[in-house]
Amino acid sequence: MSNAETISLFDAGIMRRAGLDALAKLNPVTLMRNPVIFVTEIVSALVTATGIEALVTHRPAEFPLVIAAWLWLTVIFATFAEAVAEGRGRARAETLRRARSDTMAKLLTNPPNRALYKPTAAPDLRQGDIVLVEMGDIIPSDGEIIEGVASVNESAVTGESAPVVREAGGDRSAVTGGTQLVSDWLVIRITADAGNTFLDRMISLVEGAERRKTPNEIALNILLAGLTLVFLIAVVTLVGFGAYSGTSFSIPVLAALLVCLIPTTIGGLLSAIGIAGMDRLVRFNVVATSGRAVEAAGDVDALLLDKTGTITFGNRMASAFYPVNGVQERDLAQACAMASLGDETPEGRSILALARDKYSLTPERPADATIIPFSANTRMSGIDSAGQAYRKGAVDSVLKALNTQGDDAFAQAAARIGRAGSTPLAVALNDKLLGLIELKDIVKPGIKERFAALRAMGIRTVMVTGDNRVTAAAIAAEAGVDDYIAEATPQNKLDYIRKVQEEGRLVAMCGDGTNDAPALAQADVGVAMQTGTQAAREAGNMVDLDSDPTKLIEIVEIGKQLLITRGALTTFSIANDISKYFAILPAIFVSTYPQLGVFNIMHLRSPESAILSAVIFNALIIVVLVPLALKGVKFRAIGAAALLKRNLLIYGLGGLIAPFAGIKLIDMLLGLI
Amino acid sequence: MTIQGFAYIALVFLLVLGAAFPLGRYLAAIFEGRVRFLRPLETGIYRLAGVDERRAMGWQSYAVALLLLSVIHFALLYAILRLQFYLPMNPQHIAGMSPRLAFNTAASFATNTNWQAYAPEAQISDGAQAYGLAVHMFISAAAGIAAAAAMMRAFTGNAARLGNFYVDLTRITLYLLLPGALIAAVVLVLAGVPQSFSGFITAHTLQGGTQTIAIGPVAMQEAIKELGTNGGGFFNANSAHPFENPNGWTNLFENWLLLVIGFALPIAFGHMVKDKAQGRALMAAMAIILALGCIGAYAAEAHGNPLQIAAGVAPGGNWEGKEMRFGIAPSTTFNVSATGTSTGAVDSFTDSYTPLGGAVPLFLMQLGEVTPGGVGSGFYTIIVFALFSVFIAGLMVGRTPEYLGKKVQAKEIKLAMLGVLILTLFILAGAGFSLVTKSGLASLANAGPHGLTEMLYGWTSATENNGSAFAGLSADTPLLDYGLGAAMLFGRFAFMIPVLAIAGSLAAKPRLAASAGTFPTTGPLFIGLLIGVIIILGGLQFLPADTLGPLAEHVLLQAGKIF
Repeated sequence: MSNAETISLFDAGIMRRAGLDALAKLNPVTLMRNPVIFVTEIVSALVTATGIEALVTHRPAEFPLVIAAWLWLTVIFATFAEAVAEGRGRARAETLRRARSDTMAKLLTNPPNRALYKPTAAPDLRQGDIVLVEMGDIIPSDGEIIEGVASVNESAVTGESAPVVREAGGDRSAVTGGTQLVSDWLVIRITADAGNTFLDRMISLVEGAERRKTPNEIALNILLAGLTLVFLIAVVTLVGFGAYSGTSFSIPVLAALLVCLIPTTIGGLLSAIGIAGMDRLVRFNVVATSGRAVEAAGDVDALLLDKTGTITFGNRMASAFYPVNGVQERDLAQACAMASLGDETPEGRSILALARDKYSLTPERPADATIIPFSANTRMSGIDSAGQAYRKGAVDSVLKALNTQGDDAFAQAAARIGRAGSTPLAVALNDKLLGLIELKDIVKPGIKERFAALRAMGIRTVMVTGDNRVTAAAIAAEAGVDDYIAEATPQNKLDYIRKVQEEGRLVAMCGDGTNDAPALAQADVGVAMQTGTQAAREAGNMVDLDSDPTKLIEIVEIGKQLLITRGALTTFSIANDISKYFAILPAIFVSTYPQLGVFNIMHLRSPESAILSAVIFNALIIVVLVPLALKGVKFRAIGAAALLKRNLLIYGLGGLIAPFAGIKLIDMLLGLI
Repeated sequence: MTIQGFAYIALVFLLVLGAAFPLGRYLAAIFEGRVRFLRPLETGIYRLAGVDERRAMGWQSYAVALLLLSVIHFALLYAILRLQFYLPMNPQHIAGMSPRLAFNTAASFATNTNWQAYAPEAQISDGAQAYGLAVHMFISAAAGIAAAAAMMRAFTGNAARLGNFYVDLTRITLYLLLPGALIAAVVLVLAGVPQSFSGFITAHTLQGGTQTIAIGPVAMQEAIKELGTNGGGFFNANSAHPFENPNGWTNLFENWLLLVIGFALPIAFGHMVKDKAQGRALMAAMAIILALGCIGAYAAEAHGNPLQIAAGVAPGGNWEGKEMRFGIAPSTTFNVSATGTSTGAVDSFTDSYTPLGGAVPLFLMQLGEVTPGGVGSGFYTIIVFALFSVFIAGLMVGRTPEYLGKKVQAKEIKLAMLGVLILTLFILAGAGFSLVTKSGLASLANAGPHGLTEMLYGWTSATENNGSAFAGLSADTPLLDYGLGAAMLFGRFAFMIPVLAIAGSLAAKPRLAASAGTFPTTGPLFIGLLIGVIIILGGLQFLPADTLGPLAEHVLLQAGKIF
């Protein structure tokens, strides 16, 4: 899917559009949401008026007009940063929107009867309507299958072109508007009104149109607004102190001081950081239903991970044969291979592969063979050929079918396999027990290291599995998770989450089934799989379009990255103030007390140049930091203390020092003009 | 600058910090109700006052109780000052105060400021000193410490309860301030400080004239003046007066007294939250800023005034306004400690300091009185700065900000910012406005930047509830009586109430468990960060005004210009 494509940081189309949007965003009514930049805009207007007045009355107007121009640029750079971030989101939304064509739905007028339908435009469908979708049709809206089985091409949403099977009941009953039926037919109950479908919400989220400020963003905005007020008081009262000291300050000078002191850098980049964070998630093919969830992801300190597919490869693989009753291992392997000839599951194929690798056995399926498929009832499968019945299956089922207990050696071998975290399969020929196959859960390479990194970040990993305790414990030890939930049921998952939350921890989990919904809703971050049910998708606060549970780890990292970026730029912005004082204060007081020139430690050329250089630096730093705001500060799993030290050094100390160099450089360049 | 000078500063810190650890543990025991040696008296007070000591209050009830007590005491003190002529223990027959001066003085003592716009010996009776002012020195100090205890409880549990204000007030008075002041008063009497209700002594001088010598219950007032970071001296000359502070030993003792509770409170906090390192980190930040202030002021004064040096009249530094019996380092350390603790006491005159030496006390007050600040108020103010620190830099570890497991969110930031705004507004708008009014200018004793500093210092001192004066400023004018009175009231209560609201909000939040991913709020890194935030958020907004005051005066002095 094109979501996964990277959009160049300086894509020409986005830039052009952002330029126009930046100007549109100057509207003070909308800009009021951003107090720092709003104040900057008012001040810019004030200085412009002063400049024009000077022009009209034939007084020197160059200085106020140049200051005004740079103050306006400060505002425009800030709105531009937001526009660029939104533009990138919009580009992704475009590709999504292409998927949403205006289809005609077959609205069933008398639902049980599939023959009676009324063609209705998709936007006119309401929640609860029952529609028929047939092969080749586009599914008109989000819905729940109430009848039928069909394969659906969901590439419009997930980017995965292989069709997936959707059927009524169970965990695969949800369909998404805009996807296409490639076989059979379905009767669907519509679950979302037009304009509120999954695709619609995705589009508005990635566009940033419906973006509401996240809790931390709101708090940060209050801090920034408060700082702006504090410095406003400082600058306005300076008029009194100045009057007493025999100095009168011009409006451009006071405006320059104010704008340099208020945190314009973070104020200008704050919303771009937020939008870019959502964008980063979308690029990972994860859609968050709110920005709040992304923030919460950074705070998570326990991850509930499904064993299968996340920690281990989804399927177990045969790793050894254990013959009993004096049977030769080779004969056992031969019987196992025969029993698996009709077994198309990955387990079955892995048994054939093991027999081939170990004993070069490559049996062909006999012409007279009858395949005995696996059934939930018998829990066995196999093949009947030439009067011989090859069977393999769950140990107790096989024993029961043979009406035997098996001997001690058999029982011990089965127990040993279980203790190692593997699954034993019993194998029989006719009514003779031949031995066992060990099916091993293979832990993904590298996963242990990732868990160690998570632990260093203070995040506990918890493995969730339907396996028994013994098996679960063995795999948990091999994968290096901190805890596990064995024999997991929806209820004990929910209980576990509640327990962890009561200890004061935040929990993230992923799930797909309807029975996962309560746990998904209870978790602080619940990631639903796109392949999952509608209930699961509603309960979670994120949806993973690739249905890849491993992503939980990346989601946490993206959340942390968002918070780090915000913190780094806030720290940088506030630390900048000290050097700006050294540039501006000597400049504005030097006419009254020439001796204060000693504080001009940067040796800026003239008071005007000093003030202008500080203002220019203040404006340009926003543009310079746009790429960082959009790409985010890299998260490193080195532990909070080390991370803090590193970031404080770069953005705190850097924020103290950088403007000294920047302002001096600008002052020197201005001298060349 | 001499080794002895620096050694004296080191000695003060050694004695104070050494005592703060055991005292901090004792304070935690008081707050948790484990100190009971006056239990019958304590329960008697509760029974008499109808207080149910088991009833814990939410922040609103706590704030209302505190406010109510302050209002009652404000009104009572106002009445005493107005009517002192008719009240007992007025051997000198001092007349009642004017309404505006009584307002200013009542505000001053109800807010633990102890700004003295009046001349104590001439305008206030012994009785008013004893049952008016001295009582308030206990009550306002205890109220401040109680608010600090409430803030500590915000971090100790999950229930939105901050304790019972009346119980806190009673326990702090009974187990800390009364016995502490009593012991301190005895020590001071032994060292030569008078304690008497006999009024003035008339002495016949050798020349045959008569001289009236004012004495009174000096030792008692002196003890609580320092211990409760009050600062209202029995005499106008405050701790520079030989009866308040007879010798170097009493000077050291009084210096110790005014710092010790302030530094013990963070230690008490560490005990309360069962993480002593947290308390030590806050204490370290306080101590480092104060130590830098002490060293800076001493260096400036010991270096001296370039004009005096040129004239050869500066043996070992600037002696103007300092008592010979103390010396430069003890004088500067005392004044820096007093301004770092919102104690209005002085043992030398900041007005006579070199510009930079005088800028240190000014800047310490502007930082918000956290080094270690007034008893109680310094603690809850540094908690506000700690919240700002984790909020600004805490995001850089990739988690939303939290302090001791409590999430810092919009509500806390809004309230904290409100407090900072009030302080900034009163200091800068008050001083800035006064400097352009005729009345304000008439109060100044000096011209130029020195005059600006006098006015800025006055408003800073009042708003931050310090109470020390730069001297030179004639404060008993309508503008300053009412203006500074309002500044004291707002600086105290418009800051304390939002702070209690923060405590209430934090108390109601679940305490999240710490992990390797949690922002560490102990250790040198956090201490450095906290100091940086205190300076940037607490001090930077005052820098433009300070530049036109002490900094301008300093550079002008170097150029040979004085005011």
